[in-house]
Amino acid sequence: MKKTMSYMDSVHHYGRIWGIIVGVVLLFFPVALSLIFGVLPNWSVLLKGVIATAPMYWAVGIVEIFTYVPMLGAGGTYLSFVTGNISNLKLPCAIDAMERAGVKASDEEGEVISTIAIAASSIVTTLIIILGVICIVPLTPVLEAPLLAPAFDMILPALFGGLAVVFISKNLKLSIAPVILMLVLFIFIPALNAGTVGIMVPVGVIVTVIYARILYKKGAL
Amino acid sequence: MEFSVNHPIIFIMVGAIIALVLAQSVFFLVRAVKRAKALGIAKSTVTKTITSAALFTIAPAVAILVGVVALSKSLGLALPWLRLSVIGSITYETVAAGNAIEAAGQTMSELVSDPSIFITIAWVMTVGIAAGLVFVPFVTKKLQSGMSKIGMKDKKWGEIFNNAMFLGMISAFLGYVFCDVGLIVKGDTSGLIPVCVMAVAAVVMAVLGLIATKTKIRWLTDYALPVSLIAGMASAIPFTALLG
Repeated sequence: MKKTMSYMDSVHHYGRIWGIIVGVVLLFFPVALSLIFGVLPNWSVLLKGVIATAPMYWAVGIVEIFTYVPMLGAGGTYLSFVTGNISNLKLPCAIDAMERAGVKASDEEGEVISTIAIAASSIVTTLIIILGVICIVPLTPVLEAPLLAPAFDMILPALFGGLAVVFISKNLKLSIAPVILMLVLFIFIPALNAGTVGIMVPVGVIVTVIYARILYKKGAL
Repeated sequence: MEFSVNHPIIFIMVGAIIALVLAQSVFFLVRAVKRAKALGIAKSTVTKTITSAALFTIAPAVAILVGVVALSKSLGLALPWLRLSVIGSITYETVAAGNAIEAAGQTMSELVSDPSIFITIAWVMTVGIAAGLVFVPFVTKKLQSGMSKIGMKDKKWGEIFNNAMFLGMISAFLGYVFCDVGLIVKGDTSGLIPVCVMAVAAVVMAVLGLIATKTKIRWLTDYALPVSLIAGMASAIPFTALLG
């Protein structure tokens, strides 16, 4: 069977297997805690906590799958949806790598470059956290230093400032309208903030794709 | 077994799960590198992709570590270590843990001593973000092959479509950077901090790009994004002192 499978088919094949294994293990973790310590969860607290958390993050999560899969490629998706931190780390990393290599996510070359970038990023993240956990005692005062706090708070603006320069300068015509629309929405609607930017990503993507289609049909791109 | 948030057995379980996640990344990395070779992608491109991605990851990874430290005050080290190494993000895990801790009538600064509450928090953090884990294995193939078809039918549109998606995402985050500038009418200038930070990162990126084109130092572009990220983050320190 292995010989007849194309690379893309094998990515999906192994991606599914890994995804299901890791998913089951992660869901089993709290069950294992119950078995080891011989206590059940507090059901009313669980219900309250899940109601406060799940509806929003499940809705965003489902929309994120549709938005991020085409950008991440298959291998990148199977990895990112296990290791997390997609919009603030994995996706910018993959976008930058594909841009520099001159490949696009829908081609096999893009698929491969995106997977390499995301895998490298996931490995480095995991290793840094392991190192950090081992050295937590000497590191805590540094990580909690009030001087450094603003730098850690401002990762997203710093990250998207750099990324925006590359993409806007290369697609000026296509960028102006969506960027202005998002600025206006975020400035004038108070409900749009750090907590809700996740919902606005798919909105931005859909609006920009429709706008691109109109420009393309008109022959303006 | 007597419970503690930092019980060695929790560390052993978490370590094993993280080893599994690490193995998955290594598995996909090795296969993609092999495939890159077969596709005729230059070895230097592959090496640059890996080093640049690794360098770019350092600052955000340290920020994730800050999240681990913050959550460890109530949850110990093992659970935040697991949660911030797997699906979710630094913002999600903090919100989810906060919701569960609040539902239990505790605060984020006191250590959880009741095993039942600890397990409940672990459940909330796991279940709250499980949508991706549940659906990704089953829908990715369909979505991804649909995308390749768009690219194959009309190559030019495929490329524009691709760029439009990236731009849509970038524009949403640019909007977010400006979300608090309105506070300025109330005399609060802190909303300008992210705008200034973004501007610094953008200028650094543009300057590096220009230097790279003018001097033909190609490797400069490979590290432009990590450098602009660090420059932007560093600039947040004086900007916050000035405007916060």
